[in-house]
Amino acid sequence: MDSVGLLAIAAVLVIGVVVGLWRRHTDGRFRPVRQVSGRIQVTGSAGEQSAVTGSAGERTPMTGSAAEQAAMDDSAVGERLDPAVLTALGVAPAEATLLQFSSAFCAPCRALRRVSTEVAAMVPGVQHIEVDAESHLDAVRALNIWRTPTLLVLDARGRVTKRSTGVPTKPQLIAALGDVLTA
Amino acid sequence: MELDPRGQRFAATVTTVVLIVVLATGWGWLALAQAVVFAITAADPRRGPYASVYRALVLPRIGPPAEREPAAPVRFAQLVGFVFLAVAAIGYLSGVPALGVTFAAFGLLAAFLNAAFGLCVGCEIYLAARRFAARPIGS
Repeated sequence: MDSVGLLAIAAVLVIGVVVGLWRRHTDGRFRPVRQVSGRIQVTGSAGEQSAVTGSAGERTPMTGSAAEQAAMDDSAVGERLDPAVLTALGVAPAEATLLQFSSAFCAPCRALRRVSTEVAAMVPGVQHIEVDAESHLDAVRALNIWRTPTLLVLDARGRVTKRSTGVPTKPQLIAALGDVLTA
Repeated sequence: MELDPRGQRFAATVTTVVLIVVLATGWGWLALAQAVVFAITAADPRRGPYASVYRALVLPRIGPPAEREPAAPVRFAQLVGFVFLAVAAIGYLSGVPALGVTFAAFGLLAAFLNAAFGLCVGCEIYLAARRFAARPIGS
């Protein structure tokens, strides 16, 4: 018996269980996005670079509790998406938008598409837009998309209010939309 | 080509057991055998040794799959597995056990995450890599 090998086995199994359980915990959970008054823009035309420019607006958090603010997701802050970005992604105006970033060969993306389509059909005013991440890499970088599927919940003004990776359950998704639609 | 995803989980489970044996015993030839299994499966997933066992023993008991998955990411993952286990085998067989243990351990982590949680590590890295690969010059 190789004692170094046995140690490696133990380490791998512990790490594997921790990583697996953590991923299972975060999958499908919606994280609120801090609201700011600036704008996400994705500038780019032939020959130019894609970049994110945001006007340094005042940060006006939507909730007052310090703990909630600490838990907010600072990536892809809730700036209003430039209308050009939205049209480029195929997003028409709606009360709430489920913007899903998918990639090819992604089974959870298909599952999320099913859940989102059902919810969008059930709840009036909600549209589901699915975007191929690889065809929109500038938007992927501007919005800090790292995994697929990533689902962004946009409000009527096109601001990112919540996001989740992985596949939420239908009740979780409806609950996440509830805040946006009643706001 | 479309594959039965449960076959992939089954293969990952067998791989997990094999790699635990490799790490526990430092058996370089078994590491080499696993590397060969990866190579065969990467070349043709349906002819992979574990897939054949799955079809013969498991599939008749559980019936056809509800959903199939494309072969491309499976083949990519098998290729990555082949590289890791080939290095591990070289390490064990050429008297550099640290190399063997390290690479076999990473192989075990990926196989275990796939078998126990259905996580495909290679698939996850893919998009992140694409983010960086397509970055325009000078940004």
